[in-house]
Amino acid sequence: MKWVPLGLVRYTFCLGGLSVFFFLLCILTGPFLMMYYIPSVDRAWADVQDLSNVVPFGRFLRNLHRWSGTLMVICVPVHMLRVFLQGAYKPPRQLNWLVGVTLLLLTYLMAFTGYLLPWDNEAYWAATVGMTMGENSPIVGSKGPFSILSQDKDIAYILRGGTMLGQPSLTRFFFAHCVAIPGAMAGLMGLHFFNIHKAGGMSGPL
Amino acid sequence: MTVVKGEALRSRDLYERPPKYELFFPNFVMKELCVGLFFLIILFIWSYFKNAPLYELADPTKTPAHIKAAWYFVGLQELLAYFDPYLAGVIIPTFILAGLYLAPFLDPDPIKGIGRFAWKERGFAMYSFIGGFAFWWLLIIVGWYLRGPLWAFYWPWEDHHIIKPPPPPPWSFPLPAGIAYIIAFFGLGITVPGVIFPNFFYRMGVVRYVITMFLWTFMIFALAKMFLNNAFNLKYILVTPWFNI
Ligand code: HEM
Ligand code: HEM
Repeated sequence: MKWVPLGLVRYTFCLGGLSVFFFLLCILTGPFLMMYYIPSVDRAWADVQDLSNVVPFGRFLRNLHRWSGTLMVICVPVHMLRVFLQGAYKPPRQLNWLVGVTLLLLTYLMAFTGYLLPWDNEAYWAATVGMTMGENSPIVGSKGPFSILSQDKDIAYILRGGTMLGQPSLTRFFFAHCVAIPGAMAGLMGLHFFNIHKAGGMSGPL
Repeated sequence: MTVVKGEALRSRDLYERPPKYELFFPNFVMKELCVGLFFLIILFIWSYFKNAPLYELADPTKTPAHIKAAWYFVGLQELLAYFDPYLAGVIIPTFILAGLYLAPFLDPDPIKGIGRFAWKERGFAMYSFIGGFAFWWLLIIVGWYLRGPLWAFYWPWEDHHIIKPPPPPPWSFPLPAGIAYIIAFFGLGITVPGVIFPNFFYRMGVVRYVITMFLWTFMIFALAKMFLNNAFNLKYILVTPWFNI
């Protein structure tokens, strides 16, 4: 049996708990979207169109996925702010802070990869801007300072699976969004909670 | 019937309860779930009324007049207006992440203010963090609400159909001035605070101090470049054949 101090739930609204909650909502709605969504450049956009207009509750599920993802991208950084301001990164919680920063990075990557999946023009060009940054990386990008790799071997090529966004990119983004990153996040969240347990619970009222 | 207050309710508890404590499960978890339920209701209403956007099909041949990233990346896109892509998209985010990862090890004090908002004891750390955090959201707000066609600056009341005149031609520091500026900026940024606040320097130790002040100076350096660009239309501080800053 584990006892925790009274009054843990206060004005900061358990931001970590809410991050988990929105993540779970994404995990629950995502697979239902996957049932109709096919990551092909010829079909993806039409499938999302169908989801929005034909599939029963498809639009509602898509909206839920989108808005809970949005709220998660807000909640996680604010949770980090709360943790920093309360000095909860200090011993014995340093490792948990490191796990947390990794979770933050992965959350942004989820949002980035998910945004391209509907394959509409906004998303396409937004992702193109992102890829331009990749191409311009120092050393490993073909157009960046001190580049050593050619355009068909650099980091942006690896991420896109080509010299421009196309089918291979969509396949990669789909895999990253639906399998690789959520898996990593679930594992890290387990570690995150185990760390809280090992540190003897929370540092103070939330 | 008399109203039953705290004591009587408490006597129904199955277990002895330490004063001021509650069970993690179910009591605490239930409270968190209530907060979750509240947000679930909000999300349901939101999802019922507001649709996720879906624009026309992607077309690699049709570059839109203005490209805006998803709002959470607009901050980085806003930085693109001031810095080359390798800085805005790679170096600056890397430094932000590095700073976040290093935070627990840059803080020299292992105990002060854990679990509470210790504004007095941890002022420097807390205000630095809040400053950086607020700046990130400010970039997003400016990029999302105040940037119009061709990423020109528009106040909310200005009409986006009126195309802004292009800014006067930008200029850059000549190479020696650029090198001098950067050396002076980082040299002063890293040494001066330690001279003014020797206690701070000794408390941090050399390694922590240098890394902290380097990250700090880098942040101010970026802000200064943004200011110079806005106020004097400066394009680059340093121009070299390999990279520009
Ligand atoms: C951290 C959690 C997640 C976040 C932040 C997130 C975010 C997003 C975003 C922003 C979109 C674009 C939605 C749109 O344009 O309407 C999207 C789409 C999608 N996501 Fe996720 N997602 C998450 C988890 C998942 C998971 C776990 C799955 C599957 C197992 C999944 C499957 C999908 C699918 C199939 C789409 C394309 C359908 C569509 O665009 O409506 N997502 N996601
Ligand atoms: C997907 C993202 C994340 C999830 C789901 C998550 C979840 C949680 C939860 C449920 C707690 C319990 C306390 C609370 O509710 O605030 C917690 C605590 C904590 N989190 Fe996170 N977190 C995430 C991201 C982060 C980030 C970005 C950081 C910091 C960089 C971080 C650092 C910590 C630390 C240090 C604690 C212990 C706090 C204490 O003892 O007061 N987490 N996290």
